[in-house]
Amino acid sequence: MFKTIFEKSVPGRCAVLPDPLDVPRAELPEALRRTTPLALPEMSELDVVRHFTRLSQRNYGVDAQFYPLGSCTMKYNPKVAETVAALPGFAQLHPQLSGSEAYLEDCQGALELVYEMERLLAEIGGMNAGCLQPMAGAHGELTGVLLIAAYHRDRGDAARDTILIPDSAHGTNPASAAIAGFKVKEIPSNDTGTIDFDAFKALLGPHVAGVMLTCPNTHGFFEPRVADIAALAHEAGALMYYDGANLNAIMGRCRPGDLGFDVMHFNLHKTFATPHGMGGPGSGAVAVNERLVPYLPSPRVVKTEQGYALGDAEKTMGKMSPFFGSFLVAVRAYAYILALGGEGLKTASGMAVLNANYVLRRLRDTYPAAYDGWCMHECLLTAAELTARKGIRALDIAKALLDRGFHAPTVYFPLTVKEDLMIEPTETESRETLDAFCDALLEIARIAEEDPDQLHHAPTRLPVGRLDEVKAAKELNCADLPG
Amino acid sequence: MNWTPATKSEQAEMLSVIGADSMDAFFDVIPEALRSCDWNLPEGLSEFTLRRELETLAAKNNIQYISFLGGGYYDHYIPAAVDALSSRSEFYTAYTPYQPECAQGTLQAIYEYQSVVSRLMDLECANASLYDGGTAVYEAAAMACRITRRFRVVAHASLHPVWRRMLETHVAGSPITVSDGDGPDGEDVACVIVQNPSFTGDVRDFTALARDCHEHGALLVMAVNPVSLGIIKTPGAMGADIAVAEGQSLGLPLGFGGPYLGILATRTAHIRKMPGRIAAATTDAEGRRGYVLTLQAREQHIRREKALSNICSNQALCALRTLIHLCLLGKTGLEATARACYSKAEYLKSRLDFAKPLNPGATFNEFAVCLPLDAETVIGRLRGKGFLPGLPLAAFGRGGPNDLLIAVTEKRTREELDAFAEALREACHHV
Repeated sequence: MFKTIFEKSVPGRCAVLPDPLDVPRAELPEALRRTTPLALPEMSELDVVRHFTRLSQRNYGVDAQFYPLGSCTMKYNPKVAETVAALPGFAQLHPQLSGSEAYLEDCQGALELVYEMERLLAEIGGMNAGCLQPMAGAHGELTGVLLIAAYHRDRGDAARDTILIPDSAHGTNPASAAIAGFKVKEIPSNDTGTIDFDAFKALLGPHVAGVMLTCPNTHGFFEPRVADIAALAHEAGALMYYDGANLNAIMGRCRPGDLGFDVMHFNLHKTFATPHGMGGPGSGAVAVNERLVPYLPSPRVVKTEQGYALGDAEKTMGKMSPFFGSFLVAVRAYAYILALGGEGLKTASGMAVLNANYVLRRLRDTYPAAYDGWCMHECLLTAAELTARKGIRALDIAKALLDRGFHAPTVYFPLTVKEDLMIEPTETESRETLDAFCDALLEIARIAEEDPDQLHHAPTRLPVGRLDEVKAAKELNCADLPG
Repeated sequence: MNWTPATKSEQAEMLSVIGADSMDAFFDVIPEALRSCDWNLPEGLSEFTLRRELETLAAKNNIQYISFLGGGYYDHYIPAAVDALSSRSEFYTAYTPYQPECAQGTLQAIYEYQSVVSRLMDLECANASLYDGGTAVYEAAAMACRITRRFRVVAHASLHPVWRRMLETHVAGSPITVSDGDGPDGEDVACVIVQNPSFTGDVRDFTALARDCHEHGALLVMAVNPVSLGIIKTPGAMGADIAVAEGQSLGLPLGFGGPYLGILATRTAHIRKMPGRIAAATTDAEGRRGYVLTLQAREQHIRREKALSNICSNQALCALRTLIHLCLLGKTGLEATARACYSKAEYLKSRLDFAKPLNPGATFNEFAVCLPLDAETVIGRLRGKGFLPGLPLAAFGRGGPNDLLIAVTEKRTREELDAFAEALREACHHV
């Protein structure tokens, strides 16, 4: 059994201590003192190092495994970005230097980076201004929806209480809209995997505050009528929100602002290659056009003749983060954008789309595509036919891939397609890797025909087999507590 | 530079397998008029030039100071093993553990993080999903509203003014309202939010307030400085229902504001109303212990607009750093660190007899004084001598022009404290 830190703890051990006290030891008034044992683990440095080194070996990551998780853009995270984010001038810089005029001179480099990064994001998005405050994609969505609300409120148009969102959207879209106080109406997809345009028109009206789109959508298709959708929405007085989850498909080919969007978020951890960190930290920086600039979060970095200073947007919505969002994530993304330049970003998107279409072509005769046509940066296949005929589900295929050294694609999302496999190879993978992955999926399909039961037992080559999720939810053992 | 491996000839071969003429063919679906790409972006850089440019930018920031800056974010020592272990790419290049069998490292680390945070707070469960202290305050407020089905939250004067403003911004469209107060002043109050130590460093016992809240059907939400819990009374022991904290002080670099970690812990009774991902222990078919994400039906990817929150992140890399930090310090190290912060702050206080103390009682590692001179002027003078003397409270709307908030961590030596006290005295008396 792989022990926990508590099972490895030995009373009296300690790895790191501060210097011995060089001032008199002070005592808190008794009523304010901790009354319970501080039940933290007691370990030597080697105990800790070995524990976490071994834990790391029980993980798949992009550096060791192909990780074609659809909609997550698991591209390679360049090492140089880690190096520059660790520079002491960034990593050790106290954020409160921006909290007082008196200290702004001491953080000019950081303010310059924020200013330049926001400018680059606005340029990539075809927008007027960027803002680094949102600390994750969903936080960017919330920021964007609150900006839309502030815009309508300011115009005395507060009766707009509904946001339209396609059925293929990420769950965060409706959740963010609901948190911001909006009702959510779902736009259905048509049989080509894109928005049902007539249904969209029927949903529009004076109660609609905004339309949130992901483009290309999670079926892997560019919305062919996106410009018409934006024009109609604007005619009806609604604003357009661009979910940047799939921006990695279109850089250098078109810009959300030019397509008619008013506000967008970027996932710096997807498009601009910052590490996903097992789920976070990310950054959900937003960019807006001139309609929404007056409402941006406080403060804004401005460039003056004396250097970089802080100011507020005229009717600021308030604060989404205490300072400038996930600053060290932005440093990595800034390095990535500077390294690639405009041409490099265009190549990245082009290769992401080429790789996805290559995988689609190699697999679609075995695993049918959910919809016809070339895809953008990800392809959506379905195992529904194998499920019906052989009882092999997308989940079984996912687990069998793990045994073959590949991370699984996204399964069971989007909710619009049954038993789906959503594969996003990204541009940083080589043809050999794509071929090896496709070969593995084809082999799994053969096993499904000949010996399907074998697949129900996968994975068998990992530290644990399939885990009992019902037991986990029933027993709810979520912490090892003393006593 | 770029990170795309495909050569021209490989691209051509792949295009021919696909049956496409060129890469452009995939983009024909974009209406021609919208295919604008005269964007104004720079040319790419070599790795060498890139590093040089970023090094130049970093050098424009001044970190060569003896710092007394705090205001919720503190300059603590981070052991080398925290960086060494958290920079293993098996951790940082992985994603949310959707496939638990190949993510046991992540899941066990989150489970252990939930455990150490619960132990630190004297509560029963926790999660690793929130972004920072300010958003954790907002999520705790929203959670209290879900639990009590009431919609007013009372913000106590001890709460960080920036977190308070973030709370107001986040609830702007929702039915939740925020009012000032020091107790549950009505039947519509979902929770009272206090901070201990307060924004200006005051340490209090909120046990009576917790009781008062419960008698009125409200919850007590307590924001804490996690390092202080090495020696001060815990939220659990005072009867708080939800505890939140900024995790930066536990192993995260200051990093000019992020990424940080929102810590949130609560009692088991409220776990189903808690936002974010939760790891739980279970077993596989052979009885081997393992960990999975549980209670996922609360979350956005399943519940969409009916989800508890829109949280999708799992701030796991930051939580991992905090976990490793707490393992290295352990029981003895965290207590010694908290003791050092407290004792050194008390020592510095004793050296500032020329400034008027503003805190009414005990403080932890931060305190406020009223100087004989305005704070901005004093800051200007001390910067020239290599000190960052603290934060002018007027900038936060929490004091007069002469009020200064001073933080002391275990990193400050007695010599530095003596030199700082002298320099501050001189700056105040030199007209």
